[in-house]
Amino acid sequence: MCNVCGCGSGEIRIEGVAAGHADLRPTVHRHADGSVHAHDHPHDHDHSPAQIAGSDGSGDLHFGHGPAHAHAPGLSQARMVQIEQDILSKNDRYAKANRAGLQQRGIFAINLVSSPGSGKTTLLVRTIEALNGALTTTVIEGDQQTTNDAERIRATGARAIQINTGKGCHLDAQMVGDAIERLDPPEDSLLLIENVGNLVCPASFDLGEAHKVAILSVTEGEDKPLKYPDMFRAADLMLLNKVDLLPYLNFNVEQALAAALQVNPRLRVIQVSATTGAGFDDWLAWLRQGSAAARRQRVHADPDKTTYSAGREPAVAAQS
Amino acid sequence: MSLAEGVLQIVEDTAKREGARRVSLVVLEIGKLSSVVPEALSFCFEAVTRGSVAEGARLEWVELPGQAYCMQCEQAVPLEAVYAPCPQCGSGQLQLIQGNEMRVKEMQIEQ
Repeated sequence: MCNVCGCGSGEIRIEGVAAGHADLRPTVHRHADGSVHAHDHPHDHDHSPAQIAGSDGSGDLHFGHGPAHAHAPGLSQARMVQIEQDILSKNDRYAKANRAGLQQRGIFAINLVSSPGSGKTTLLVRTIEALNGALTTTVIEGDQQTTNDAERIRATGARAIQINTGKGCHLDAQMVGDAIERLDPPEDSLLLIENVGNLVCPASFDLGEAHKVAILSVTEGEDKPLKYPDMFRAADLMLLNKVDLLPYLNFNVEQALAAALQVNPRLRVIQVSATTGAGFDDWLAWLRQGSAAARRQRVHADPDKTTYSAGREPAVAAQS
Repeated sequence: MSLAEGVLQIVEDTAKREGARRVSLVVLEIGKLSSVVPEALSFCFEAVTRGSVAEGARLEWVELPGQAYCMQCEQAVPLEAVYAPCPQCGSGQLQLIQGNEMRVKEMQIEQ
């Protein structure tokens, strides 16, 4: 995670504009039975001496009734507060809102994750070209610095927005929510989110996508899924990229697939080459299928039921 | 680091709600199979809490062991790694039930 690599936030820029955040949402509570609900807390406490001392309702002050069962002059009564809240709960709330918004508009969103240099951007460019307008596609690009990738995507004619995470090593749901707002992808379209090249942190941060797609290139090690299991476990599809280079490498495809399936037995794998277009029929078919499912869901969606409200489970994502 | 900030956010929200003057202890529940290294998180926590209501607070954590439900054995079994097979029957048909947690359990406040 980021606590290991030391990445930080606060330098996030979406195409040159610093992203300002304000969280006005109510607190979400998670109970021991797993249920989650939200409510506002307009707690107004009056911290009179009686409260510090503890009062039994008789109006008398009892300095032994506090949590510490004792009192020392000048010291307050410390007490334990139960919280039971997931550390990533704030991100998850934003992700839920993103997912609900995307579903309402029939947008099929994919979160592409991989190491740096696995060929994500080249794959996206080729994908947009191969789709040839069959699906309206918009792209959110995540990188620490530069708008190079967004410019490469725009060269294909597709709309793209770049998020620079500064020192951050992953996209989070709030950044993506801001980017979606600015990008405003049309209804029934395909939204491709290229995460920051990193096989660790992006696994934990839900962005509100329908699927995570992990890309492994044959110039990497076969055992990468075992070394970074969280990422390959979080993904629903793995693209084995650069297969056109296989004749020149000592890459054992079977070993790589076995490693990926060991980590995630339900992982689907498609072997592709963004350079030659090999395997693209399957990959494009997968995208079309997902997009059609997202569209159907919008058509059948009851607007009352899919309207997002904090703390309520939004409609289930297509195929997820 | 963003996890430490996530912890601080929850701590600050709770402190405000409870009218706390100071936070002296924060207890986390970290699953053994989650990708969190508690020692690293602890280091970051110290950095992000400087100047906040939780400055100087102790950070403790409870490690939750991995546990999964095995479809073959039809029972809960211990799990050492996210992709490990069932220790009893060797099956890979496991449903993770515990070990992925990253949760703020409780905290001690002074009023």
